Amino acid sequence: MSYVSLSDDDRKAMLSAVGIASVDELFCCIPDEIRVKRDLDLPAPMAEPELVRHFQGIAAKNKAPDTLSFLGAGAYPHCIPYVVDYLSARGEFISPYTPYQPEVSQGTLQITFEYQTLICQLTGLEIANASLYEGASAAAEAVLMAHRLKNKPKVLIAAAAHPDYRKVVGTYVKDLPVRVEEIGYGASGGLDLDDLERKIDSETSAIVCQSPNFFGIVENLDRIGELAHAHQALFVVVVAEAASLGILKSPGASGADIVAGEGQSFGLPLGFGGPYLGFMSCRKEFVRQFPGRIAGETKDIEGRRGFVLTLSTREQHIRREKATSNICSNQAWCALRAAIFLETLGREGLRQMAFQNIQKANYALDRLSEIPGLRRKFAGPVFNEFVVEFGGRWPEVESALLKQGVVAGLGLAPYYPRLEDCALVCVTETHQKEDIDKLAGLVKEALR
Amino acid sequence: MYPSDFYYSKDHEWVKIVGDTVVMGITDFAQKQLGDVVYIELPAVGADLSVHQTVGVVESVKAVSDIYSPISGQVTEVNAALNDTPETLNQDPHGKGWILRLTIKDKSELENLLSASEYEKFVEGLGA
Amino acid sequence: MSREPLIFEKSAPGKTAFKLPALDVPESPAGLNGLPLREEIAGFPQVSEIEVVRHFTRLSQTNFCIDTNFYPLGSCTMKYNPKINEKIAALNGFLASHPLAPAALVQGNLEVLKTLEDYLMEITGLDAFTLQPAAGAHGELTGMMLIRAYLSDRGEPRQVVLIPDSAHGTNPSSAHLCGYRVQEARSNESGTIDLAALESQMTEDVAALMITNPNTLGVFESDILRVAEIVHAKGGLVYMDGANMNALIGKFLPGDMGIDVLHLNLHKTFSTPHGSGGPGSGPVGVKSGLKPYLPVPVVEKTDGGWALDYDRPKSIGRVRSFHGNFLVMVKALAYILTLGAAGLKELAETAVLNANYIRKSLEGVYHLKYSSPTLHECVFSDKFQKEHGVQNIDIAKRLIDYGLHPPTMSFPLVVPGALMIEPTETESKRDLDEFIQAMKAIAREAAETPDIVKSAPHNSYVRRLDETAAARNPVLRWEEGE
Repeated sequence: MSYVSLSDDDRKAMLSAVGIASVDELFCCIPDEIRVKRDLDLPAPMAEPELVRHFQGIAAKNKAPDTLSFLGAGAYPHCIPYVVDYLSARGEFISPYTPYQPEVSQGTLQITFEYQTLICQLTGLEIANASLYEGASAAAEAVLMAHRLKNKPKVLIAAAAHPDYRKVVGTYVKDLPVRVEEIGYGASGGLDLDDLERKIDSETSAIVCQSPNFFGIVENLDRIGELAHAHQALFVVVVAEAASLGILKSPGASGADIVAGEGQSFGLPLGFGGPYLGFMSCRKEFVRQFPGRIAGETKDIEGRRGFVLTLSTREQHIRREKATSNICSNQAWCALRAAIFLETLGREGLRQMAFQNIQKANYALDRLSEIPGLRRKFAGPVFNEFVVEFGGRWPEVESALLKQGVVAGLGLAPYYPRLEDCALVCVTETHQKEDIDKLAGLVKEALR
Repeated sequence: MYPSDFYYSKDHEWVKIVGDTVVMGITDFAQKQLGDVVYIELPAVGADLSVHQTVGVVESVKAVSDIYSPISGQVTEVNAALNDTPETLNQDPHGKGWILRLTIKDKSELENLLSASEYEKFVEGLGA
Repeated sequence: MSREPLIFEKSAPGKTAFKLPALDVPESPAGLNGLPLREEIAGFPQVSEIEVVRHFTRLSQTNFCIDTNFYPLGSCTMKYNPKINEKIAALNGFLASHPLAPAALVQGNLEVLKTLEDYLMEITGLDAFTLQPAAGAHGELTGMMLIRAYLSDRGEPRQVVLIPDSAHGTNPSSAHLCGYRVQEARSNESGTIDLAALESQMTEDVAALMITNPNTLGVFESDILRVAEIVHAKGGLVYMDGANMNALIGKFLPGDMGIDVLHLNLHKTFSTPHGSGGPGSGPVGVKSGLKPYLPVPVVEKTDGGWALDYDRPKSIGRVRSFHGNFLVMVKALAYILTLGAAGLKELAETAVLNANYIRKSLEGVYHLKYSSPTLHECVFSDKFQKEHGVQNIDIAKRLIDYGLHPPTMSFPLVVPGALMIEPTETESKRDLDEFIQAMKAIAREAAETPDIVKSAPHNSYVRRLDETAAARNPVLRWEEGE
């Protein structure tokens, strides 16, 4: 069963039209040494009902969906209105290609234009692209872009930015003339401004910080932006939890020149890490160094409004080795889902969702801080994640709660050795009050 | 078609001598190949150029082309109007679409360039 | 068809499309303390649910797609996307698992990763895979980084990568991002790599040759074993862009061709939907010598079941967050299990038969620059039609009037006025004939009534769009007050 559509008669007619007796003649140009000599060792083909049973079995081996989870750290559980699944499943959205023929792709292009507008509105900047792969590589693209613009060798990145994002930035710049230095975090959990003032100089292309940062702390972006610009460096803000943009001051309004981040919170399921949605926006004047596809508005020959991919000379298919990025396929369908999500939630829905995240996270923080032996690690204000110190007993707590079907948080030992006694706890609007009470109750129990 | 008092390069640039300086641009053939020009990256005034050094980039909707300097010299003026109306390069490539002015370092370099008739033959040979 | 406005043009205060449950924890003013709050987002949509549904449904109806139209985009492999795979990827067990959940809680997911790796190894003849890259280009970048790490570890990082001028633009772009200098590998009159030129170009400063096989003309590089020999003799590696795997799968093994590193496109060969431009997935396969450098984490078997190994000191590091486009991989795995070895072989044979049927039917009607045998795609040009002032873009636009999506245009660069046609194996003879008839009709129109071709399309939702104006005066977002 290979989804081919030729009948036996069709094959005969086509072989005859091509003037050959068998398909093998079409492969004559290939040396015999590389022919597959035996059949590939793969399972026998499965019929649809078998296939479904097979995968139901595999999916059932995952216990995670049945647990009560307080994991965040770059992937966030949020409500997804059903219309997002319903509309995005349409064949007209899921089966076309990149809209290189705009006349037959206006659906895709108009939605891309709307998506770009929404990202601009949320991030407070003037230009957005049609998507990048996910948050970490988006952050890396932003660093590369800043380096192209300023051409100075140093990039400063907050230690409180997501560890995996920092790793990916490191991977991307490894073979380029860029040196990355870290700026530490302070007792409040936010970027250490003194450390920044010490390290920033005329050799700095950009300062990169994340807000809310990996610890869930909302950064003082205004002040960081001021420092960046005082030294003619670009201010890059990374956003891993996009839902925060529904209520927090936009990075653009705080002086960001480039914003890059993860849009998974906008209508994408956790899905074990992908596909997710990288987003990026920047100031108008940087557009020629901006990576990724961009849709623009124009008119057709009869004066009707239409949309096209534009400024393509930045991209790999034209500029090849001088392109602003090598990206070709992006995450268009994920951006479509995000557009449906954002347009469905609307201004008030998005704000309400963000508000509930803040309230529930603070409620959880209060309940946990009451427990003897626990304390809130950082004083800074939080959105929907926070770090708790467990008085040396995190491993016990973690395993005790796992036995009860609860994933209490993410232990920070693998990421920040100085925080080995801490865990990152995430609470969103999807957590009920009784879930939070259960967490607090079980933790208290485990610590007795 | 191609002004007889210009010199031409095989990369489809032209130069016109005006006293001690030259004016430089791209030829009609080049603008036709590119299609509608949407953007041009101009060099800085005062930049020192050697022969065949990239002086800038011309972009159309579907293509990008480096502009090479046919001679060495220093940039004394750029046609900044092209930033606002890049279409001038298509409309009048040999006149109002001029790109920059250079001082001449070494007049003998002009001998390496083609005359109008030589350039016309060259373009014909490309069989476009 | 009436124009569908932008959502912002339908928006007005007071309309809502979604309601959250009421806040069930005590509201605390302290929570907002110290937080920089935004002003209301100016112009953000406020519409009702029916407005959202109509908006997106109507817009969807202006798209051509595989589910409705023949879509012969060369190099993109626009094959049918099996629907059951959508349902399987939406099983809650997959959908609701957090990427950082403890390994014991996601054994099913880790099994999916490992199984897919194993099957891709079997299909390509390579020794190990990473599933992290999110797309083909991302895979190319990863592959080039692997090559760089391997050679640097041997004390000879090298500076140059050789790439044929027929290559996809992502090839030189990815090599450049890795810090390499790109040199063009020359082609001969058959459109394949010129062996003599390669011998002179292959030096000890060349890290790798990036090759697509079959190449972007659809021609198999039959000298591939000799090509690999030349590169290996000077200590370089051979990278294969696996975008054209549709011609080889089940019948030929890149691992036996002297390929050291390759990437596959799950959204091409393995039927996962293109989604209007992604998400894709670009797994990278390597010969065993490159295993130590693979990105972290790597799935491994332990006594306790499947686990993720982060302790790999020679790894190039991470190329993205988490584990890759997991839900896309689930679909590809389901596809492999549906086809089996026999199905994969049939796929390749039919893809090649369909493409050759089109080629034979259009030879003489359109100009074929290279006469070499082609496999799953063929590249015609507009040379004959140019005599009447009709170019490839006009032919493409006129195909739209016939209800067919145009082929890939203007690529590869070695064929001026190119029309790259790849039907894939899932098209019926009826659909192939419809395309052939339309192409013949357009060739006639080009000769007899060229204006109707030059001013196409006539019947589409919008007609030809002014791309020049879009680039000269970019309008890249909607603004309030427009």
